Amino acid sequence: MSEKKTKRRDFLFTATTAVGAVGAAAVVWPMIDQMNPDASVKALASTEVDVSSLTPGNTLTVLWRGKPVFIRRRTKEEIEEARAVKMEDLIHPEKDEDRAKNPEWLVMLGVCTHLGCVPLNDKGDYNGWFCPCHGSHYDTSGRIRKGPAPWNMEVPKYEFVNANTIKIG
Amino acid sequence: MSDHDYRPKSKVGQWFNDRLPLLTLANHLTDYPTPKNLNYWWTFGGILTFCLITQIVTGLTLAMHYIAHADMAFESVEHIMRDVNYGWLIRYIHANGASMFFLAVYIHIFRSLFYGSYKSPREIIWILGIIIYLLMMAAAFMGYVLPWGQMSFWGATVITNLFSAIPLVGEGIVTWLWGGYSVDNPTLTRFFTLHYLIPFLILGLVVLHIWALHVPGNNNPVGIDIKKPSKDTVPFHPYIVIKDGFALLMFMIVFAFFVFYAPNILGHADNYIEANPMVTPAHIVPEWYLLPFYAILRSVPDKLLGVVAMLSAILILAILPWLDTSKIRSAVFRPLYRQFYWILVADVLVLGYVGAMPAEGLYLLIARVATAYYFLHFLVILPVLGFKEKTLPVPLSITEPVLGGSPNLAAARNKESKIE
Repeated sequence: MSEKKTKRRDFLFTATTAVGAVGAAAVVWPMIDQMNPDASVKALASTEVDVSSLTPGNTLTVLWRGKPVFIRRRTKEEIEEARAVKMEDLIHPEKDEDRAKNPEWLVMLGVCTHLGCVPLNDKGDYNGWFCPCHGSHYDTSGRIRKGPAPWNMEVPKYEFVNANTIKIG
Repeated sequence: MSDHDYRPKSKVGQWFNDRLPLLTLANHLTDYPTPKNLNYWWTFGGILTFCLITQIVTGLTLAMHYIAHADMAFESVEHIMRDVNYGWLIRYIHANGASMFFLAVYIHIFRSLFYGSYKSPREIIWILGIIIYLLMMAAAFMGYVLPWGQMSFWGATVITNLFSAIPLVGEGIVTWLWGGYSVDNPTLTRFFTLHYLIPFLILGLVVLHIWALHVPGNNNPVGIDIKKPSKDTVPFHPYIVIKDGFALLMFMIVFAFFVFYAPNILGHADNYIEANPMVTPAHIVPEWYLLPFYAILRSVPDKLLGVVAMLSAILILAILPWLDTSKIRSAVFRPLYRQFYWILVADVLVLGYVGAMPAEGLYLLIARVATAYYFLHFLVILPVLGFKEKTLPVPLSITEPVLGGSPNLAAARNKESKIE
């Protein structure tokens, strides 16, 4: 076999491998991305809730993107308790003023930041929420105080459309 | 292997075998020389094969009636239980079959641990086994999600959320796994697909597991290398076939007890309530066979480290052949290892127990001690023991101790060579 022919085979080998690798990568991505949220799931991005029936000290739970959202109309005592907490006592320091722009209304995802269970209302050592799965305690601002959860319960994007309606998302 | 010169007796057999040597394979499996001292702990390989086939057959039949859709899955399972002919039987066999499968696999694993079956030259068999075990856990978890009950839904939520512990990309991975922003229909349909696929992957790995086994041959209770074939071996058929068969029948009695007399005792009543994303059941626990790892997860107060500890507890088994520094395989000749072995068994049982209990107070303390000991066993005790332990004299053949021979090397070697 002449040297020239070997070189041609080497070229074919390299070229085929390179094109093959790019082709494989181009096919793999759609196969992976098809598992991401599809258009119909993304379309359910916002929801409007009528909160006129909610009295202070009560919580309304609504479903948004398949997850529960807690809407709590807080009592004066709860607000005072949440605002009196020192930042250095918190695992994930966040001011109550930043979490509840309108202090009477606390809106947050009712999802424990540990492994995703729904915490129970009016339970736990801090008068807020308690997650039954692995024992995380949240205060009246939904901030993690004790237990394995790393963060406070997430506050989603929301706004008051009018005095009685909250739009989440 | 001595079966290369095998030739079928019939002309048709020869014609076929020359073209596809299936009969040679069958002959290898029949004549396969097996240590003659295998005890009943060695019958669980056969029992596990039975379990796998049972799950595949019952799973295929259930799939003919099940509907993988969030709105219909729960009802279709009730439809199987109430309307489909013998649907209750098939589903109870499948559901309890998973538990029986894990019962058998745990006995199989602890047999390997006792008799040192994971040691050279059987490391690949062992690692293949660990991969099979991991796939079994994945299949069992996804199968448990399919009835779309409360435990299904919240079990799926908690387990998939384990991935959110990964820094930076965790949340993205969880969303990708779910196909949405929570466990929902896209999650259910992909879990069904994977639950259907995994048993066949396991089947392929089982073939490799047995292939790798047939290269060095079985370990045995004495844990020594033996000549094959020799007076220390018996052919697989009929000796091991009948022993495996008898043990399988005993195992099936236990299996049948659960299916017919206590079909729900290993499950959770909450799973007969349809999935509700608004309410988490008061007490979430995984199936019994995952409890020790669940206890390890909960014993660490940090989210990421808890997940790391749980995964390490499983993956540490894969490097076990290199953690155990002792050259002696069987615990029969390792007086200290034998005691640590039973402490480990107790430790895992304790972990399983506290895994089912609420993670607080004394239970949490016990879980932490037991978790620490679990890692101590593999990372400290085993490596050190290999150097420190004074082992008992090991016989040169299986036959020797029976014949009352002392560990006299020269005499025993002579005896061996004469019989050969």
